[in-house]
Parts: sequence; structure tokens; C-alpha cells
Amino acid sequence: MSEIDYAALKKGGFMRQVQKDKFSMRLKVIGGQLQAEQVFRIAEVAKKYGRGYIHLTSRQGVEVPFISVGDIEVVKKELAEAGVKVSVCGPRVRTVTACQGSAVCPSGAVETTALAEELDARYFGKQMPHKFKIGVTGCRNNCLKAEENDLGIKGGIFPEWKAGACTFCGLCVAVCPVGAIALDAVAPNAGAPNVLASDKEKPSLEKSSFEKPSFEKPSSLSFDSGKCVYCGKCVRSCPSSAWQGRGGYLLSFGGMFGNEIKEGLRLIPLVFDREKVLKAADVAVRFYQEHGKAGERFGRTLMRTGADDLKRALEEAIR
Amino acid sequence: MSDQNAGGVDARVDITGVVCPVTFVKTKVALEELEDGQVLELRLSAGEPIQNIPRSLKDEGHKVLSVRLLDDGAYLLTVRKGGLAV
Repeated sequence: MSEIDYAALKKGGFMRQVQKDKFSMRLKVIGGQLQAEQVFRIAEVAKKYGRGYIHLTSRQGVEVPFISVGDIEVVKKELAEAGVKVSVCGPRVRTVTACQGSAVCPSGAVETTALAEELDARYFGKQMPHKFKIGVTGCRNNCLKAEENDLGIKGGIFPEWKAGACTFCGLCVAVCPVGAIALDAVAPNAGAPNVLASDKEKPSLEKSSFEKPSFEKPSSLSFDSGKCVYCGKCVRSCPSSAWQGRGGYLLSFGGMFGNEIKEGLRLIPLVFDREKVLKAADVAVRFYQEHGKAGERFGRTLMRTGADDLKRALEEAIR
Repeated sequence: MSDQNAGGVDARVDITGVVCPVTFVKTKVALEELEDGQVLELRLSAGEPIQNIPRSLKDEGHKVLSVRLLDDGAYLLTVRKGGLAV
């Protein structure tokens, strides 16, 4: 038998094992989802050609260990019949991960599954200076750890306040995790402004045993959008729908969580338009391909070149 | 809004001494004692309870009328039973 080309096998998703001539076969999964038929076929292949088990990777991948080098072609063929493809390894765009997003999860601010598929179609397997990971998470809870990725995408809600609908109940102030919202009460001893709003409420308020006598009904609200973390808690809890939210995408660039640990940089504000998210992704991928040195992660490239040029190009792309 | 003060408080419940999911169970039990339109005063802790209870109340059609932060760090809510069902 001719010499085994390990590099070619690794590129095609077959990872060399400790055991001679055995390979852990990495399968392609997009956004953590597989069809039932694909799962059945993977199980069959694992029984027939592996050791009857699969390994779940840290990034939503599926590997079938203990594939013999001689079985590789037939295994690939049997998997392909059920629509299962092998994945990639090495210096290229890897599995695009995603949570279930707004299609399934009550916390989801944005759709994630189709976006992951679109990103996969555009970039998966593309040659890069080093590994390049893309992850999509539907909300600030960040189940998919967006900022650990070279390109992280996270759903967020940009809140907008409609004064007319507001009852000034104060719930948004209580649930906001960063203190971006404040209700401005009329000061009790500040002359006689705005007596209409406060007098009307007094009788019932005084009935409450917890009420302080100096309390006055708030009549205005301030929102510091610079502090907002786009979690959407104000929108979800508001009893009068005075807070309305618009879902958008927060992007991060150059994250890594391996030999070196670095949180991806937030270079641009929330992006509402999905096409612009893809434009920004194009810019990031191209920037890394042009400026990254072989074996240098995107985050390292940005540390070396500074992030200003990328930031400018991104701002241009999302304008 | 005119429904803010109508009727005052009809019942009170303190859920600061219990944890999720008993917090919402106690809240629901207290609301069951009331008629639609009546007002429950709810005393609850900061953190998870203030984040989750009002959202669950909204999901079940009850309307938060007011929220006050108390000196001890707990919150006082008034909730109108069925207040969102219009």
C-alpha cells in the first residue's frame, strides 16, 4: 500500500488517531442540526466500520472514531447516500455552530439556523491562514459563546420606548441589568409642577402599607442607549407594550479559546439587516486572508495590525 | 392610565422567602383567590424573581401596575389579575 497522505486526510475530516491506521472521522454538521435519517446512517456506519460509538465534539460536530484507512472511501459513499458529508480540519473555515434561536427558543432574539446555513454555504472549508471558527448565538444568554469564535454573531434586541403607551410602572427599571433606564419622579418639594400627574394617583398609593409618604408618581423616563446591552428584558416584561424591540446582530471579531484565549472584539454597533451581516462577514474573511500570516489566528492578526483598518472596512460595509 | 389606582390592593403575598419555582406557584395561588380585575400586591426579591416573575405574569395575562424598590432591596409589585386580557 502506498504512503498515507495524512495532511490530505486531515483536510478532508479524517483525524489521525493514536492507533496506527485508524482515523476519527469528523462529519459535517451545520448549526448543531442533523436529520433523523442522517443520525440513523451515522449510527449504522459507526457500528459497521467504527467501534459502535460516536464522539460529540466541543463545537457541535460528530466524529466516528476507529475508521480504518482502507474503509474511508466506502464509508464516505454510504454516508453520502443519506446526505451526510465529512467535515474539514486544518487551516480553513470550520463548522458553523448555532443555537436554535428565535425559531424554537423563547429567549431567542434572532433567527440562527438559516443564518448558519447561509454562512456555511459561503465560507465552509475555505482556505485561511489558520483555523477560522464562526458561531451564531440567538441572544445575550450566549449559549453558543459567540466571542470565542473568530467571527461571532449574537442576537440582540434594540429597545424603543413609546411614551404614549407607558404607564410608568417601573418594571423596566427593575429588570434592566445595566441601569440604562430611569424613571424621573417629580420631586416632592419642588414647587408645584406637574400636580395633575401626581395628585391623581395619591389616594391608592397611600393605602399601601409599604408606601412612603414622599413618593410621587414618575412622569418621565430616560433611556441611555449607550449603556444598553440589547438583552430585551425591558421589551419582554413591559406590561403595556410601551417598549418595542427590534432584533439585530452583534458581531465580534478575532476571538479564540484554545492555546491562547481572547474575547472577540466588538467593532461595530448592532446590525439589523441580515445582508449587512453577510457583508461584514465577507469583509472579515477577506481581511484575514489578506493580512493573516500562515498559522496566525485572526485575533493575533488583529493584535499585530491593529483593528482600525478592519473597523473602517466594516463600517463601510454596513453603511 | 386610569387603571393604575382603581380599587387599591385586594390581597398581599410575600415570596421573598422562597425560591423558583415556588415563587411563581405562590404567586399563582394568590391570584387564584382573586377575581379578574382585582389587585395583588407582591413582595419579591431582586435577581431571578424580579427578572422572571413579571414576565410569567405577562405570559398569563396579568398586568403589572407598579414596581417599587424597597429600602431592604426587595421589590413591591402591584398586579391586576387578568389585566392584559382585553
